[in-house]
Amino acid sequence: MNYKLMQSGKITLLLFAFLGLLMAGCNRSGSKADKGGNGEFDVFESQVGQETQEKLNTAKRIFYSLPSPLETAMLIKNAGATYQESLLNPVDNSSKYITNKSMALNLGIYTTDLSFASLFDQTQATLVYIEVAKKMADGLNILDAIDEETIERLEANINNRDIIIDIISETLLNSSSFLKENGLEATATIVLVGGWMEGLYIATNLVGNSPLQDNKLVERIADQKLSLDIMINLLNETPDDADARAVLADVMELKKIFEKITITQSEVTPVEDPESNITLLKSESTINITRDVFNELSSKVKEIRSSYIS
Amino acid sequence: MMKKGILFISILALVISIPVNLNAQCKQFAKKSCKSGLAPYQHDGNYHAALLIEGEEAELYKTFYSDTDYRVGVCGANNLAYIEFKVVDSNGKVLYDNKLHDSEWKWDFKLESSQQLKIVVKVPVPDGQVEEPREGCVAIMFGFKEG
Repeated sequence: MNYKLMQSGKITLLLFAFLGLLMAGCNRSGSKADKGGNGEFDVFESQVGQETQEKLNTAKRIFYSLPSPLETAMLIKNAGATYQESLLNPVDNSSKYITNKSMALNLGIYTTDLSFASLFDQTQATLVYIEVAKKMADGLNILDAIDEETIERLEANINNRDIIIDIISETLLNSSSFLKENGLEATATIVLVGGWMEGLYIATNLVGNSPLQDNKLVERIADQKLSLDIMINLLNETPDDADARAVLADVMELKKIFEKITITQSEVTPVEDPESNITLLKSESTINITRDVFNELSSKVKEIRSSYIS
Repeated sequence: MMKKGILFISILALVISIPVNLNAQCKQFAKKSCKSGLAPYQHDGNYHAALLIEGEEAELYKTFYSDTDYRVGVCGANNLAYIEFKVVDSNGKVLYDNKLHDSEWKWDFKLESSQQLKIVVKVPVPDGQVEEPREGCVAIMFGFKEG
């Protein structure tokens, strides 16, 4: 009898343990309703106590968003850039990256290169750069960011730029969500800084000795001043991370130079087009950058980028 | 002794599993539901999603560039009421408020000059709600296309 009771007790406890583990592995499901986006939203709700509610009411969640490698590449291309493969980080360098910091920086760098190549329909370079981006993501143990299926899908659609761009966007989303949800926010930020720095390197090199006045690429480069405080705040969110601190030091060096660029902006006035439903934010801005400051910036970007890819 | 061990492990698994599980669902929600709504704009690849409680606010800072068309989408799980959001410039001027646009979940815009803007998001508490506040996933996503 006692033995039976003991056995049934064990079974109950094992069932409880199994239930716990099952909940760890399965998603909750519920009713569905469309509330925006294009599809149906899964419900996953939890009830929280009044005390938690009061506590959370006093705190505000803050997010900072940097341009992704895809957006960076698109901005450079739209500003009139031409494709120069010699400006991209050679794929042979990929075997050099063995630390978390170098893999994170070069995941960003190679993804910007990949985006840049694909936006210019460089099919061979696209195939090569997705492989090295995968190598960096695998090195960082980012599960399924770029899997074999992704590569096969890319190969099958190599002449369809829209699908390729969509695949790159998907891999970026997989990487950033994986890193953020696994407490690796510093790595997620470093990836973005790497991609941003690569964009700045490509853009400053493409400008070279061209006139600065009425130059869209120069305007884009100067615009990056607007993202610096976002980048600094993001890197400061993980003050205990040595890699983030090292990257922050580089960004602070750049900030000193960007402070020499003046951007004046007029008031922003939103004007909605009722036909297209698109709002135009009307405003004027003036950018002032001297050749000396531009050269100083180019030189610093080259120095930092060189330290990242070597 | 063995009973206590099993009980401890099961409670631990339960406690650990809930936030991880909810976060994983938040990711799936953002990817499957919100991202698809950005079309024909191209999602930038960035991930901004979190579990928010009714009454809670969030802010997102981002630089938007001239000559580019943008769509900002703010999506909430359907257990939450609609999500309020405003777009504010660096001087605090409100450029868009979805409360004035039938609680629209997205806003399409383009800029004459590049600007750093702030997206202010709030999960409102439904009028007359007496039960405990609910928690659900809220995602903020951006799409762009060549202007």
